[in-house]
Amino acid sequence: MTISLPLHMQRWRKFKNVFMIGLCFLSAIVVIAPLFIIFGYTLSQGIGALNLDFFIHMPKPVGEPGGGMANAIVGTLIMVGLGAVFGLPIGIMAGIYLAEFGKNAFGFTVRFLSDVLSGIPSIVVGVVAYILVVMPMSHFSAFAGGVALAILMIPTITRTTEEMIRLVPHTLRESSLALGIPSWKTTLRIILPTATKGITTGILLALARAAGETAPLLFTALGNRFWSTSLNEPIASLTVFIYDYAKAPFDDWNRQAWAAAFVLIAMVFVVNLAFRFVTRSRYGTSHN
Amino acid sequence: MELATIEELEAPTMEIPQATQPEIKTIPEKMIAQNLNCFFGKTQAIKNVTLSIPTQKVLAIIGPSGCGKSTFLRSLNRMHEVAGGTMTGTVLLDGLNIYDSDPVVVRRRVGMVFQKANPFPMMSIFDNVAAGLRLNGLGDKNKVNEIVERSLKQAALWDEVKDSLNKSGMSLSGGQQQRLCIARTLAVDPEVVLMDEPASALDPISTAKIEELIYDLKKNYTITIVTHNMQQAARVSDYTAFFYVGELIEVDDTKTMFTAPRKKRTEDYITGRFG
Repeated sequence: MTISLPLHMQRWRKFKNVFMIGLCFLSAIVVIAPLFIIFGYTLSQGIGALNLDFFIHMPKPVGEPGGGMANAIVGTLIMVGLGAVFGLPIGIMAGIYLAEFGKNAFGFTVRFLSDVLSGIPSIVVGVVAYILVVMPMSHFSAFAGGVALAILMIPTITRTTEEMIRLVPHTLRESSLALGIPSWKTTLRIILPTATKGITTGILLALARAAGETAPLLFTALGNRFWSTSLNEPIASLTVFIYDYAKAPFDDWNRQAWAAAFVLIAMVFVVNLAFRFVTRSRYGTSHN
Repeated sequence: MELATIEELEAPTMEIPQATQPEIKTIPEKMIAQNLNCFFGKTQAIKNVTLSIPTQKVLAIIGPSGCGKSTFLRSLNRMHEVAGGTMTGTVLLDGLNIYDSDPVVVRRRVGMVFQKANPFPMMSIFDNVAAGLRLNGLGDKNKVNEIVERSLKQAALWDEVKDSLNKSGMSLSGGQQQRLCIARTLAVDPEVVLMDEPASALDPISTAKIEELIYDLKKNYTITIVTHNMQQAARVSDYTAFFYVGELIEVDDTKTMFTAPRKKRTEDYITGRFG
């Protein structure tokens, strides 16, 4: 004789269990479904314009078929890269500061304002970059676009870096200090590597967001129908290209806009994978 | 005065009031805590403790939870301040006040093993042991190899890991991880090793290994161990100090302490009447 509840109660309990697990599974599907839908839809709409020319040729004038977005692809890469060059060091170092020395009024203020900054509409950031960079230079430029994207990246990177460093157990810091390792080396060589995985996720989110921004680039990089890699000139970007081409009254332009959207998503996806590969733990994820 | 720069000088001889421990006074002391008071904010965790730590012996610190054992231990290599604590009094290492010295230098000479084994998770077994050397600027590869091997042998772990030095330190069992942490501590060649309940999270077999290890290590090192386990204190230590609510109640050689304690409170604790 085993200890058991009446049969109908057992069944009810098991039903509830299965039902809730099913609900969670469905929710997980709903989370990833939009990505597949977007991926599939942009691909199906843009496939007609997606060919080698798209990647290596320049845009053609209205009425001429074909052409590509080589300049926009390069422009997006340049500006996101520039944003990362400014944004990563500042964001990571600010995050370290907040985690290590931020238990004071100044730290609290920086933390709070950084949260506010991450909530500011990107178009406002574009206007700010316009005032700070474009007006003094008196022309649009890739540099201004990079600055705008950096401003957008910094709060995300700062806060994730801080949170991830805080998650590293205090005992790890103590055992490093107890070996006579100075405090700054402990942070850089013990704490930061342990937090790398989480920080990487934050950086990727920030990069992906920056790559997908249109509004801040309209006021700063403007867009360019010609080939340019100069930081001092207006430059094309995929997002501004999508914006222009999607609202144009020409079918082939619309198709190219879809194709550009697909390429942009694919780029973010590839960068994501590459980053994770580079920063993967040498020992896999099986132990902590 | 910097501890590192003073080594070549002769340590000044000092008259230390040692009212509570006449027995230990005959042995040269490696460290002495004098009138030590430790605080967390306004809470006083250690109350006016004066205790000397004999050279190349094992001193066990026992007492019920919250009696300040760990706090006292952590004040001996300036880890107390890392947790945000404050203190008054002096702690001498070879006659020099560690609180007048650079904490980084102090901690290289007074190492620490923690209750929970905590290998650096992103590092291999080898790198864990080498961490203290490399991050303190030792670049000579042969030297590092040599010290890593020596330390792992001292920690009685070499035979178990010599073929898997590149595996993660986290892949080891709990007892092996703790011995890895001991090896890591020994690698920087401290003179004193502080152990904060090093075996309390381990099974009896691993515990026995750690205890054997402590017995071997005292030939070369001065060891202070905090433990909840009175049998352990009796097994591994030469001297035992009993702490109760932040005060040092009694210190004596371990045999006397467990057979004929002078204070009633010590006897009550040792015989299990409280705590």
